[in-house]
Amino acid sequence: MRAYLPDYELKTPRNLNEALAVLAGEPGVWRPFAGGTDLMVLFEAGRLAHTKFVNIWNLPELRGIEVAPAHITLGALTTYTDVQAHDVLQSEFPLLCQAASETGGLAIQNRGTLGGNIVNASPAADSPPALLIYDAELELVSASGTRRVSYKDFHTGYKKMLLRSDELLRSIRLPRTTTGLQQYYRKVGTRKAQAISKVCFAGAARVEQGEVRDIRLALGSVAPVPLRCLKTEEFLLSRKLDEDAISAAGDELAKEIVPIDDVRSTARYRLRVAANVLQDFLLKLKNGESLTI
Amino acid sequence: MTDTLVGKPVPRKEGRRKVTGQSRYIDDMSFPDMLYGATVRSPAPRGRIRNISFTDDSIPWGEFTIVTARDVPGANYVALILNDQPYLAGEFVNHPEEPILLLAHRDKYLLEKARRSVRVEVEPLPALFSLDDSLNKKEIIWGEDNVFKTFHVEKGNVDEVWAKADVVIVEGEYRTGAQEQLYIENNGAIAIANAQEGVTVWGSMQCPYYVHKALLKLFNLPDEKVRVIQMETGGGFGGKEEYPSMIAGHAALLAWKSGKPVKIIYDRAEDMSATTKRHPSLTKHRTAVTRDGKLLGMEIDFVVDGGAYATLSSVVLSRGTIHAAGPYNCPNVRIRSRAVATNVPPHGAFRGFGAPQSIFALERHLNKVAATLGLSAEEFRRRNFIREGETTATGQVIREKVDLGKLLDRAFELTDYHAKLERFAAGNVVSRKKKGIGFATFMHGAGFTGSGEKYLESVVGLEATAEGRVRVLAASTEIGQGTNTVFSQIAAETLGIDYELIEVSQPDTAHVPNSGPTVASRTSMIVGKLVESAALALKQTLVGHSLLSEEYTQEDFRKACAQYIEEHGPLKTFSKYQAPPGIEWDDEKYRGDAYGAFAWAVYVAEVTVDPLTYETRVDDFVAVQEVGRVIHPVLAAGQIEGGVAQAIGYALYEQVVWQDGRMINNQMTNYIMPTAADIPPIRVFFAEQPYAYGPKGAKGIGELPMDGPAPAILNAIENATALSINYIPLLPESLMQEMEVEHV
Amino acid sequence: MSEATGKVGVRCSVNGEEQRLQVYPMARLLDVLREELHLTGTKEGCGEGECGACSVLIDGVLVNSCLVPVLQIEGAEIKTIEGIATDEQLHAVQEAFIACGGAQCGICTPGMVIAAVNLLERVPEPDEAAIRNGLAGNLCRCTGYIKIFEAVVRACQLNGEKA
Repeated sequence: MRAYLPDYELKTPRNLNEALAVLAGEPGVWRPFAGGTDLMVLFEAGRLAHTKFVNIWNLPELRGIEVAPAHITLGALTTYTDVQAHDVLQSEFPLLCQAASETGGLAIQNRGTLGGNIVNASPAADSPPALLIYDAELELVSASGTRRVSYKDFHTGYKKMLLRSDELLRSIRLPRTTTGLQQYYRKVGTRKAQAISKVCFAGAARVEQGEVRDIRLALGSVAPVPLRCLKTEEFLLSRKLDEDAISAAGDELAKEIVPIDDVRSTARYRLRVAANVLQDFLLKLKNGESLTI
Repeated sequence: MTDTLVGKPVPRKEGRRKVTGQSRYIDDMSFPDMLYGATVRSPAPRGRIRNISFTDDSIPWGEFTIVTARDVPGANYVALILNDQPYLAGEFVNHPEEPILLLAHRDKYLLEKARRSVRVEVEPLPALFSLDDSLNKKEIIWGEDNVFKTFHVEKGNVDEVWAKADVVIVEGEYRTGAQEQLYIENNGAIAIANAQEGVTVWGSMQCPYYVHKALLKLFNLPDEKVRVIQMETGGGFGGKEEYPSMIAGHAALLAWKSGKPVKIIYDRAEDMSATTKRHPSLTKHRTAVTRDGKLLGMEIDFVVDGGAYATLSSVVLSRGTIHAAGPYNCPNVRIRSRAVATNVPPHGAFRGFGAPQSIFALERHLNKVAATLGLSAEEFRRRNFIREGETTATGQVIREKVDLGKLLDRAFELTDYHAKLERFAAGNVVSRKKKGIGFATFMHGAGFTGSGEKYLESVVGLEATAEGRVRVLAASTEIGQGTNTVFSQIAAETLGIDYELIEVSQPDTAHVPNSGPTVASRTSMIVGKLVESAALALKQTLVGHSLLSEEYTQEDFRKACAQYIEEHGPLKTFSKYQAPPGIEWDDEKYRGDAYGAFAWAVYVAEVTVDPLTYETRVDDFVAVQEVGRVIHPVLAAGQIEGGVAQAIGYALYEQVVWQDGRMINNQMTNYIMPTAADIPPIRVFFAEQPYAYGPKGAKGIGELPMDGPAPAILNAIENATALSINYIPLLPESLMQEMEVEHV
Repeated sequence: MSEATGKVGVRCSVNGEEQRLQVYPMARLLDVLREELHLTGTKEGCGEGECGACSVLIDGVLVNSCLVPVLQIEGAEIKTIEGIATDEQLHAVQEAFIACGGAQCGICTPGMVIAAVNLLERVPEPDEAAIRNGLAGNLCRCTGYIKIFEAVVRACQLNGEKA
């Protein structure tokens, strides 16, 4: 344990309003602390620069999954385990469930939260690609009010996001518009389980008479932020899904992503595998094959 | 009372303590008034220390115990072989994790803050980070030529074979990477040390007497003033062979200066970056074969990267050298080997100890030789397997009834090898994913190399109580492999008493004789034999005093012990190592009987390569081996399975990422060992050919499973993809490049 | 919060015993168990939630205790390896680990046993995939996992025999 323990403060507010008041009271001084699966790792390595935290783990206002006719709303503290256990998510948002099942081991899935995964803003996180293709919308709350932002606009740069220091991510809303979409998720990690992704891909599409009618593509670990690949989508939309298009889509994707070398993999590998996985998705769509891996 | 304990899966001696969390590891122990210790390391890979300063005025530096090279009471080196590694660097540093200064304080959080606030300034000197640069003498960083040790093995006359008519010559180059042992319990020690009582150290370790020897020199104390006690040890794999001497010394230096007990526990990051790893290697083969597939000559150049200090590199090199020509009959062999210096933390012992490196090279190379000849990998090996009466590279005559062909038959039958070869070849034409099957055949020598066991002169004691209980006194450590259980089985069976009546003493140099280090697959075979002899001696003592007849019950035994103790005092017997007859070794020429016995094996791996992600998955693994008599089938299979899993990691997952001599992926998140989801079924089969000089016929087993999997897997990848890849670890990133080259 | 020391009071139950702790709020549950309560069966392997050696149950949920700040266990029920066996009676998982050779060096064993106990509570008869998945967050360097899988299967049988 490399942190100097007495330097750190953690306090538990009684309710959401009190938590928001603490955040607003001393702007930038207090930060939220949820399941701890990311922050504790930094803390133990002696690399957690921030020292004052508000414990939001027990706030009921940030928990629960609500199903409405038009959308489903997940509290920010929804854990990966909660995600996998939910019937509607399993049937309509299977990629999110698959991402949750491939994040860490069970103990991590029990503590890691969807909200934490979003605001930790790691480009290698497993759930963002799925959230991106589901057109997720985030509800941000503060003492001065509530606002909604589209998730695809949320990450603005490496570890930068549209979240003020007085705000908390309260919930994630997914529109129930996945009917008729064929969905595909592929995490390429350093091993089968308990791995950080080297490339993480989520795709959904509707193909009619061999032509792409709807397409949503997102990738993790290939850019400073989780990336919705809008240019590649645009290229594919309304296009006949033949071998030329599939091959060219790979080239389009390569122009859109900017992977890097790090201790886990290489830019070259990420670039190539991202294109391979996209092409595998498209090929399976074209051939009408099953999209489960 | 039973006489069939050996071969039975009796419950592990300390099993109950382990499954209930009651076992005491070093970090579970503490003393009142204890301080925590930390190590300040070099900021640079090589250079001259210019200045040390203590920054951050908020830290009460006056409360800290601070130790530098100047505080060493005795000799400032870790006594091992060449004694070139200092406990604390004084003037020069030679690798980026080199200890320079020690700190102790009662508050471990403040200690860590202080550790980060010590500034060491080093005037940098040019450093070497690769084996190639060291060989090329890009800089001289150790001795006159960067070479710690060389060996030269010569059999027949290899120079004559190259020019012979009708020979086929095949060359190849093979590389292996570093590997971290990654025992789940990090290293640690607690010391109490002062001039009156001497030095006592408790720790996680494999070799209490190595630590003992090192502390004698460090403090310049007589034998009886140094005491070393092994706590329950959470895995070693070689990683706790020599480095515990360093940590024990550091804890003891801080304890000596502060007058208080001092505990040093490494965290994972420090353990991974600062302690030893497996030696990276480069092997070059040049092989002459006849057109009909008989080995004529082998010339092997084997180099290992030893890191910054000599430590155990010479011994690792020795084992790698002797295993480099494998279990094959070749009349002319030359092996030249070198261990060279680089400015990375010293590499050290890791299960297999040089053999996995040179065997990887050979078992890949022989596939190339076979392919060049147009023979199958199988057929070529069958024509060259060593047999009883033939000689190894060092001229050792094989006296065992070894039949590798039969092991191969068994392994192929279990894996349906031939049918799979055909099925995969057909399937790969149409399938995106490529499947392959491959194998390796190999041997591993048990016990210390050459004269090693003779020099060690290991001793084991047995002590009986008036209640008829018997305690085994040995310095051999239980590190998970089952020492306590196996010793108890051997003692109980030899004495004809219940397994429950045997207990194994905690290794404590004040109470147990030196039975040698717990390394080299020697514990069951060599030390187990001493347990057996000591048990026989105990029985003979009672019989000799007419307290026991040759036939007796457990109750007779108890009474005999009680009576002996009443009449003569403590009942203890000791047994000292004696070489089996006919074992000859010439250290100068490196010729003769390198090992008392070898274990023989055939391992088969089945893989799937996914060209989408370039990932290789091992789908099935079969390990067939002849290890003499199996003393405990569950423990023995556990050894093989665990070794195979480590070797799968070695082949496909575990890459040490270096930056200027420092491991930068020193976290379990980024250094990738296989999880429960990554390991294939591992099917283990033993052929048992009792070894006349092993206890109850047993041979060594622990390291064997590390040798074969990597080449078997790469051979399987070659079968799947037609790519001949001659290095490990083979990560998807590398396989992608290989596949791209193939496409161009 | 006591301003002088920065420590706070936390109440919880550990292995059925009520505890009142005075601790730094960010102290790791792992350290509190080991150092304040002297329950040293819970081990530290990596300190980053990767190896599972520090696994414990919080209100029946499997967690890595190195990733839990102690403030977050206020009011919770913690179960550690020391609370798995009852008196002299080992849990079926513990018996099976001994019988099948699931424990070698023993350092991952407490966490592995906790994870296996938790798995069988959720899935009484797991298939091989479920066992691998359920234990994938617990690293073992000794066994190659095979004997651990066998132990989980054996524990199911033992549970069946007792039922």
